[in-house]
Amino acid sequence: MNELLKDILINVLLAAAPLFLWILPYALLAVYLERKVSAFMQDRLGPMRVGKYGLLQTIADILKLLQKEDITADAVDKKLFNFAPVLVFIGSYAAFAAIPFSSIYIGSNIDLGIFYILAVSSLVVAGLLLGAWASNNKYSLYGGLRTAAQIVSYEIPTAIVVLSLVIVAGTLNLKEMSEAQTANIFNWYIFGGPELSLKKFILIPFLLVAAVIYFISSLAEVNRTPFDIPEAESEIIGGYHTEYSGMKFAFFFLAEYANMFAVSAVITVLFFGGYQSPFGYLGNLLNMPWLIGLEQIFWFLFKGMLFVFVQMWLRWTLPRLRVDQLMALCWRYLIPISLVNLVIIAFISLL
Amino acid sequence: MSLKTEELVLNMGPQHPSTHGVLRLELLVDGEIVKNVTPHLGYLHRCFEKHTEAMQYFQVVPYTDRLDYLASMGNNFGYVLTIEKLLNLKVPERVEYIRVIVAELQRIASHLVAIGTFGIDVGAFTPFLFCFRDREIILNLLEELTGARFLYNFMAVGGLNYDLPDGWTEKVKDFAKQFRNTIKELNDLLSFNKIFIERTANVGILPADLAINYGISGPMLRASGVKYDIRKNAPYSIYDRFDFEIPVGKGLKGTVGDTWDRYFVRVLEMEQSLNIVEQAIDNIPEGDVKEAIPKKIKPPVGTVYGRVENPRGELGFFVVSDGGVNPFRVKVRPPSFCNLSVINEICKNNLVSDVVAILGSIDIVLGEVDR
Repeated sequence: MNELLKDILINVLLAAAPLFLWILPYALLAVYLERKVSAFMQDRLGPMRVGKYGLLQTIADILKLLQKEDITADAVDKKLFNFAPVLVFIGSYAAFAAIPFSSIYIGSNIDLGIFYILAVSSLVVAGLLLGAWASNNKYSLYGGLRTAAQIVSYEIPTAIVVLSLVIVAGTLNLKEMSEAQTANIFNWYIFGGPELSLKKFILIPFLLVAAVIYFISSLAEVNRTPFDIPEAESEIIGGYHTEYSGMKFAFFFLAEYANMFAVSAVITVLFFGGYQSPFGYLGNLLNMPWLIGLEQIFWFLFKGMLFVFVQMWLRWTLPRLRVDQLMALCWRYLIPISLVNLVIIAFISLL
Repeated sequence: MSLKTEELVLNMGPQHPSTHGVLRLELLVDGEIVKNVTPHLGYLHRCFEKHTEAMQYFQVVPYTDRLDYLASMGNNFGYVLTIEKLLNLKVPERVEYIRVIVAELQRIASHLVAIGTFGIDVGAFTPFLFCFRDREIILNLLEELTGARFLYNFMAVGGLNYDLPDGWTEKVKDFAKQFRNTIKELNDLLSFNKIFIERTANVGILPADLAINYGISGPMLRASGVKYDIRKNAPYSIYDRFDFEIPVGKGLKGTVGDTWDRYFVRVLEMEQSLNIVEQAIDNIPEGDVKEAIPKKIKPPVGTVYGRVENPRGELGFFVVSDGGVNPFRVKVRPPSFCNLSVINEICKNNLVSDVVAILGSIDIVLGEVDR
């Protein structure tokens, strides 16, 4: 019995480790990066005052949010209002437990990895809807309804694309998927996967389509421009987080950034080789096997951050779509295309 | 079982990021579809018109700055022209040229704000800062000229309060040279962006007859395809000497008079203003800008109506004189106010997001709507 308890405890700690080792520093880094990226795109400097090049700006911001008075309006549903940010936070952070950061480290190597991530991250929508309803504010309600409609719709193309990848890879386990794409860049699933045959070359265009669809729908799932309709500052002020302030707002904020990395991590694992290096390892060259694990962590974070950067880039370039256009894009283009794509990939895989 | 449905009243403003000031819109919405829009005004009312009755004619000028605060020069221009008409006063050539140059620079600055904030309304943040970067150059130029960045109090009845500083014309030429580049950049980033066109084309269509019936003027009227610009149709000051076009909405991306047209007419107008500045800047004659300023303004009994083409449309001043040193009555015809009146007609049965886009394209300044 004691042994079992110890086992569980160790596993829980291991699964929670990415939260403290990466996600919290990442959120600080990403907020800073977002401000700097936007600043350079807009011909200005961005944060420069706190620390060298404004590096400590985010820490100062977090401290400010912690000190702020936690305002809860009279007419809100207090229990739900307080619970919603927690639920959103849990939903987006729990997804990290199954993400393979490296061959030596993965929070929890479950066989249903990708399925688990899809399932847990849809918890977020419940939190957003709760918060929107509990705020008792018409703008929040609009935001909540928009989010629910948007995230639920865009989960369909996401799931279909993941399904087509599962057909190609033959596994739901994210670690096995990453392991399959080892050795060189042409073994990545975006280039048709590790299998060397005619099949690989026929698959490439369809997997490219799948990758594009996944990226678009993941943008919509994390409410980033051009799909930031639920927050749409100029229309419905802040959407679901209009009424939130202080640390509760910070929870929503951090969850959004965590989500950005989560979808980038998934696209990395599914299409871009996961933690595998594109050129082989320095550890093999120098005969230092322990180095490989660290290199893998580097490559994984590097690829993930690259997609986070692309998301920021889009945010500061594009205007926002309208609600009906967003729905039309999903139901009239993405879902049919991804379905046809799935069928074709399934047929090719049967060859 | 049938569910009970009812329409929701959504209160947009006066504290809302995209009502461009303290406008309050009462929206009657059915889901996302807007059924009715009622604008509520008066949050910025400062009794301008009543106030003028207690002041002498020349003292009113700084107050006109605060009407359309994004186009103070245009307001000054309108007021001093009206009073000069009442006094039958002829101003020196140099004054006319400088007035036209600053008014056109101000038009560019004002349109930059209109375009930038319109970008924010549809969710594009970067064009806003591009616009403000270039507006900053104009503000610096005008600051060098007048000492103020926003509310200039530059023109006086019969002349100008300050003459040009040394080297100012060179700086204006430099600005004109590099500004065409900005317009190109803006077109690449925003005007012809697919998502931007999707959002604005065929939205909030204002037909020409409706626009005329509502007394719409300025870029909004021209976007509906009516070629009407006071600078050309009833030239004041020295506008008849310059060669420039009146851009009108052509429905390039959708229907004539849609939101995209209203946006794009402003972009084209900036280019034309630049043409005027470039033509005027080389021909400024020598002279004294203060020589025609009267010591005491005491116009004869009578009424006068003067109008100018401000960035937002026809700005008119109706002044009644009883022969004293104070005006008996000053009535302002504010373009923003008249343009705003049409909002219900063009917002009906659109989405909430469209109301924001349409309001942005009307480009109101609340200082002028409420006075």
